[in-house]
Amino acid sequence: MAKRIDEMKLWLRQEIDKAAWGECAEALGRGEGELFALFAEVDRVHMALRGIGSDEPRIVTVKVEEGRYPSVGAHHAPAIRLERAIRDLFGHEPQGLPDTRPWLDHGKWTITMPLAEKRRLARVVHDTGYAFLPAEGEGLHEIPVGPVHAGIIEPGHFRFTANGETVVRLEERLGYVHKGTERLMAGAPLDHAAKLIGRVSGDSTVAYAYAFARAAEAALDVSVPARATYLRALMAELERIANHLGDFGAICNDASFVAVQAHCGILREEVLQAADIAFGHRLMRDCIVPGGVAVNLKKEGEARLRALLATISRDFPELVAIYDDTPSLQDRMVTTGIVTAELARRFAPGGYVGRASGRAFDARRDLAYAPYDELQFAVPLLQEGDVNARVWIRIREIEQSLALIAQVLDQLPSGAIKAPISSVGEEREGTAMVEGFRGDIFVWLKLAAGGTVLRCHPRDPSWFQWPLLEAAVEGNIVADFPLCNKSFNCSYSGHDL
Amino acid sequence: MSARLEKLLLRALVEKPATIAGPSSGDKAAKELAKTLQDSARRVLGRALSIREVDAGSCNGCELEIHALNNPVYDLERFGLKFVASPRHADVLLVTGPVTANMKTALERTYNATPAPKWVVALGDCACTGGLFKGSYACIGAVEDVVPVDLRIPGCPPRPVEILSGLIALIEMASR
Repeated sequence: MAKRIDEMKLWLRQEIDKAAWGECAEALGRGEGELFALFAEVDRVHMALRGIGSDEPRIVTVKVEEGRYPSVGAHHAPAIRLERAIRDLFGHEPQGLPDTRPWLDHGKWTITMPLAEKRRLARVVHDTGYAFLPAEGEGLHEIPVGPVHAGIIEPGHFRFTANGETVVRLEERLGYVHKGTERLMAGAPLDHAAKLIGRVSGDSTVAYAYAFARAAEAALDVSVPARATYLRALMAELERIANHLGDFGAICNDASFVAVQAHCGILREEVLQAADIAFGHRLMRDCIVPGGVAVNLKKEGEARLRALLATISRDFPELVAIYDDTPSLQDRMVTTGIVTAELARRFAPGGYVGRASGRAFDARRDLAYAPYDELQFAVPLLQEGDVNARVWIRIREIEQSLALIAQVLDQLPSGAIKAPISSVGEEREGTAMVEGFRGDIFVWLKLAAGGTVLRCHPRDPSWFQWPLLEAAVEGNIVADFPLCNKSFNCSYSGHDL
Repeated sequence: MSARLEKLLLRALVEKPATIAGPSSGDKAAKELAKTLQDSARRVLGRALSIREVDAGSCNGCELEIHALNNPVYDLERFGLKFVASPRHADVLLVTGPVTANMKTALERTYNATPAPKWVVALGDCACTGGLFKGSYACIGAVEDVVPVDLRIPGCPPRPVEILSGLIALIEMASR
């Protein structure tokens, strides 16, 4: 059983000077710690991390002086895109940042630096183009893909450089679904911001609402009724199973093995229909709110969920056996799209991307938030780092989630499902991390004295996974890209925000 | 073929199908479409429509439910509807999201690449009105602010049955 850690003691935030900030960045670069998040306010930049002398997850803050702060990306590559995004949104200049191309700003917004104090208004909209990194050599050719892709997927651009069939370089260009969510949240009442956060990434709507609610509760010192914490975990595990089932099927389909996908599709549909009956929404959107949950679980819902567990426990092992038993599938999955343990250590990717490459981190266990501190579960870990390993982590996680749901249903406390939330008459901050299906989702929240949101930064797990996809694809054939991509299943909307 | 796979495939033959009966076309959708579908177009299309999905800024929630249409429970293709990989093969653009500024050009190009006669379906609250993202510096708003829209299917996201009902209305009008 995981040890309960007092949430209020986690995520202490410390203001440090430029020199100490620079030392942190260098230590991250030497592999002495892990970067969890990097985000800004109008006058400062925050970095969430663990390691470097202490295993406690914490936040350090540096003041932005004359529009500048020392770049973390200069020493620690995982920070580069985050700093490019901060530059686009706030105008803060990371001194020493090796890649100064814009990231989220494609030159299409009507204003520049939309989160800065003084926004430059009425910019002339123009296509700024984008300088992709060059790849030179005899016989190399480029394949541009997107932003509109061939399948029913989110938009983004992939620029492949290939030599014959072999990918020499993949470069991603993202930001197409940037919706300005952070700016919409600033100034919003808590309940409206909770709705916005539930629309950051549709497949993780539960996990985002969960993280946001916990951040708000940490800020306002609200204690959530036990029944609500259990119902939250129930929803989170349903979301995890639904997504893993969808991905498992889709990965098999990308290797033209349709039968497994068809059956996974049926099982996923069973999950969504059960969620609909239990909580009134197939994706359980807006069901977790600050203070607790918005919908109670009734007898009918509980019966349906128990039936769901029986169905999946009966049918899923057979699909797994077929996956494991089919040489044509194994041939495509094994040794394809490898993320090395060294890269996983540097980038600290959450979820199956990390856990398939030897990074044993799961916020449910390692940060032990309620009710996971009272539940039994294992965190699967593999070292191979290929598509197959990422598939197996998903398989094992489905099994663990089924067991978790059974425990929640058996141990479900009675009582209230929501604690009252009210402002406390002073400015407050709260931080939370929740294990979504894709990995850890981090939310930092600053509330005004009156209770409205001053600043909210949600960090999607994809920030640290997208760059690894580029690395995983290198040396693979173009035709295996869909497999690699699906085995990551990074979020575009969660990343672009 | 492995024995396990054989068993799985055989089971599909003896068990009752997972596929549910299709919904009827909604009255509201039929009325909306009556205005836009020309007789000539109906003759061209017959009883089949090819759909190109375009995510123009969605949170991916709508895409999840569009995907569900392809599962054996909803089995979209039995209605003569199928998703295609290119707008050049499409009769219908199924557009989601509050059309971000960064996706506006891509949506316009996709629309222009689709041969006439063509229809645009705005799927989900964001595509219908801009949703919660209305007024953002980074969003244009509803799909109809960028390309003409023939049918709206609201919801956040709409259930697969609701999407199916709208698309069936479209194909019924197109083939009448």
